[in-house]
Amino acid sequence: MSALYLLILASLLVALGFLGAFIWSVRKGHYDDDYTPSVRILLDDTEKSSTN
Amino acid sequence: MTMSILTAPEAIPDTKHVCYHCGEDCRDEVLHADDHDFCCDGCVTVYSLLKESDLCQYYAIEAAQGISPDPTFYKGKYDHLDQPDVSGKMIEFTDGRLTTVYWYLPKMHCSSCIWLLEHLYRLNPAVRSSVVNFPEKKARITFNAGALRLSDLAALLTRIGYEPYLSMDDLSGKKAGKWNRTRLYKIGIAGFAFGNIMMLSFPEYFHLGQNTSDQNLRTLFGVLNLALSMPVLLYCAGDFYKSAWSALKGRYLNIDAPIALALSCVFLISIYQLATQTGPGYLDSFAGAVFFMLVGRYFQDKTYAGVSFDRDYKSYFPIAISVLNDGAETRKPITELRKNDRMLVRNEELIPADAVLQSAVAMIDYSFVSGESQAVERRKGDTIYAGGKQKGAAIELEVLREVSQSYLTQLWNNEAFTREKDDANKSLASRINRYFSLTVLGIAVITFAIWFWVNKNPETAFLAFTTTLLVACPCALLLSSTFTNGNLLSVFSRNRFYPKNAHSIERLAQIDAVVFDKTGTITLPDDAEIDFTGESLTREELMMIKTLVGQSSHPLSRLIAKHLTDIPASRRVLTGFSETSGKGMAAQWGARMVKIGSPGWVGAARDNAGHQQSSRVYVAVDDVVKGYFTIRSKYRPELPETLAALHQAGIRTYLLSGDRPTDRDLLAPLFGQHALLLFDQKPGQKLDFVRGLQSEGRHVLMVGDGLNDAGALRQSDVGLAVSDDINNFSPSCDAIVEGNQLSLLPGYIALARSGQRIIRQSFAISLIYNILGLSFAVTGHLSPVIAAILMPVSSITIVAFTTLASNAAARRHLKKLTNVIKRA
Repeated sequence: MSALYLLILASLLVALGFLGAFIWSVRKGHYDDDYTPSVRILLDDTEKSSTN
Repeated sequence: MTMSILTAPEAIPDTKHVCYHCGEDCRDEVLHADDHDFCCDGCVTVYSLLKESDLCQYYAIEAAQGISPDPTFYKGKYDHLDQPDVSGKMIEFTDGRLTTVYWYLPKMHCSSCIWLLEHLYRLNPAVRSSVVNFPEKKARITFNAGALRLSDLAALLTRIGYEPYLSMDDLSGKKAGKWNRTRLYKIGIAGFAFGNIMMLSFPEYFHLGQNTSDQNLRTLFGVLNLALSMPVLLYCAGDFYKSAWSALKGRYLNIDAPIALALSCVFLISIYQLATQTGPGYLDSFAGAVFFMLVGRYFQDKTYAGVSFDRDYKSYFPIAISVLNDGAETRKPITELRKNDRMLVRNEELIPADAVLQSAVAMIDYSFVSGESQAVERRKGDTIYAGGKQKGAAIELEVLREVSQSYLTQLWNNEAFTREKDDANKSLASRINRYFSLTVLGIAVITFAIWFWVNKNPETAFLAFTTTLLVACPCALLLSSTFTNGNLLSVFSRNRFYPKNAHSIERLAQIDAVVFDKTGTITLPDDAEIDFTGESLTREELMMIKTLVGQSSHPLSRLIAKHLTDIPASRRVLTGFSETSGKGMAAQWGARMVKIGSPGWVGAARDNAGHQQSSRVYVAVDDVVKGYFTIRSKYRPELPETLAALHQAGIRTYLLSGDRPTDRDLLAPLFGQHALLLFDQKPGQKLDFVRGLQSEGRHVLMVGDGLNDAGALRQSDVGLAVSDDINNFSPSCDAIVEGNQLSLLPGYIALARSGQRIIRQSFAISLIYNILGLSFAVTGHLSPVIAAILMPVSSITIVAFTTLASNAAARRHLKKLTNVIKRA
């Protein structure tokens, strides 16, 4: 049964990792604007419309 | 020398042209540039600016969605931004070289806008980056302050159509809080704890490990669960404790008080069980309850970014005004305006302080203050109160009182404007809660007493007491109201009706009287009924009139120009235009002389009959009076339907207008027999009227639009501001609705009432779960596994029910009405 101690420790660490990732993303402002990025990704900016 | 080349009707286009930049029909002349049609010089300017910087992809994203730049812009308009004390407050961050501003650009409306605003660096290389937050309609722009001044940046944005909205509010240094993030942290941590405690409790649920000798593992699980629940108790649930405490201090019982009590009891019994090794505790249910309640609150309190409810007069006022100093014009922040300063106020600009007019004449539009829609004429030496807008040529004024002493500011500081609505005890949930909590507490005490004294079993007595509080925790009640109201808020906003918060919805459900303000709410702001009386006009004469009125910024001229939609205008044929304020205008159309204006101006006999009813504009060609335009305000076409639907729902309607009683005969039948139609109402009278209705026990909804209604909006149970552009001005209110959606008002009220019903129904559903749980709890048999199943299942049932039911109600009430109105 002692393997369980290790497994529980590992699972908690993984879960903490995801919690940390969530907090990091909130802190970075990922949830401040949930609309603009979805539009921005569809807009090209490399294309030069050189009609002349 | 002939004038024949100037009378050129053949040059008039007959086909419709659509502006390549803004997508509007070209009503006046059509300008050609680069194989495209444009409606005005402004659009051409923006187009060539974009073309120069190779930004024409703008038009490929959402076709012609451009904005015609503000024609009232003039060089130097933003000079005040470069003053250190102003710029210091505008700037979000600066290291001396790179500077960041976060500006509100209300004109942005589509994905083309996002694209263009994020490519500002191509228009000016000093801009390092620009990032748009579309829901808030804001852009964060980083630029090289050495190469680009703040005023130049504002001018650049204005030139491409996105004028930044800068008001005195920006100067007061208020920065938006980050409360949203704190809520997300709390939800994240509670969810994390909830999931992990449940996982670690699995062995307990299935009685695993009870027969083995490995007791250490059980202890470890218990310790870990306790450790995981600590942040939930101390951080995530903190708001419930704080709110409960402040309610108790104020000597009333809000819904958070019994929740805080239940949470504390559950936590204490869990610690007791873990410490005495008599059981695993109920920490999973504890963390789950906090998690679900936080999600519900987040859902309910989600605000609409970009819609502001609590604007005061400061956000209406500009930051700076032009001041003349020995003839030289400088921009001065309006807080620094002093008595005897000379202001220069241009067309469409707001007069920020009480002042004496120095120019010969001015046309002042007070609609924002008094509700009177027609501009009034003022002459040299007259006192002009703050809040008026100049229409027409620039005027000079001498400041009489500083901004903080002015009439408008004084009005705003009136006690009625600062009154807060009492929300604490009015919500349905807290009303039900009062009985519910007492009942639950009663059951818990009786259970405790029976176990303790009758059955002589103190251990079970404490267990039964706390588990009763746990299963019957009013969190189901809280979830019912938060999820119903949260869902209704998003349904409403999809229908372009924006209640301020859940309390506004609950008050909306109780409305039984609706008071309308006339200006702008039931009339169409930019439209009027216009008839021409007199000789029938030829197409050429109509063209003359259209072209002539197109030159003037007088509101009546603009209405006539709009009325003559199908008639093209041609500025090239017009010569010698002159306008005399308060009288009319005159010009040469080829060889012919056209005059438009008052009867005296064109030489017509004054006709007083029916003059109170409407405004008249006379036309004369070559000194022959052709006739006159009659201009009457136009009511929203759906008005009769809307009023009928309100009457059907048992709601009384009233009209309070700051205007003259021009249309009493027309409106009286619509408003019904009991209706009271009052005209010439001052802001204070409106407020008193609403207060009078309330003292009769009525729940009043006030529909208004201007600052003149602000007091009545505050006093009413629900103050509804009508705004044709939600991002524009609106006074402090409980809800904002777009003008063309006002016809749905009966539907909104019906939906709010349904919402209250749904809360009661879902509460009844949760009672079934409660009774089931209580039957376990009072017998002392509520095991952690039953609690852990009951709690999420009941929560999910309630969330699903409220969401489905409120969506169904929205379909029923709003769709039906939309169809009726469309058919009408």
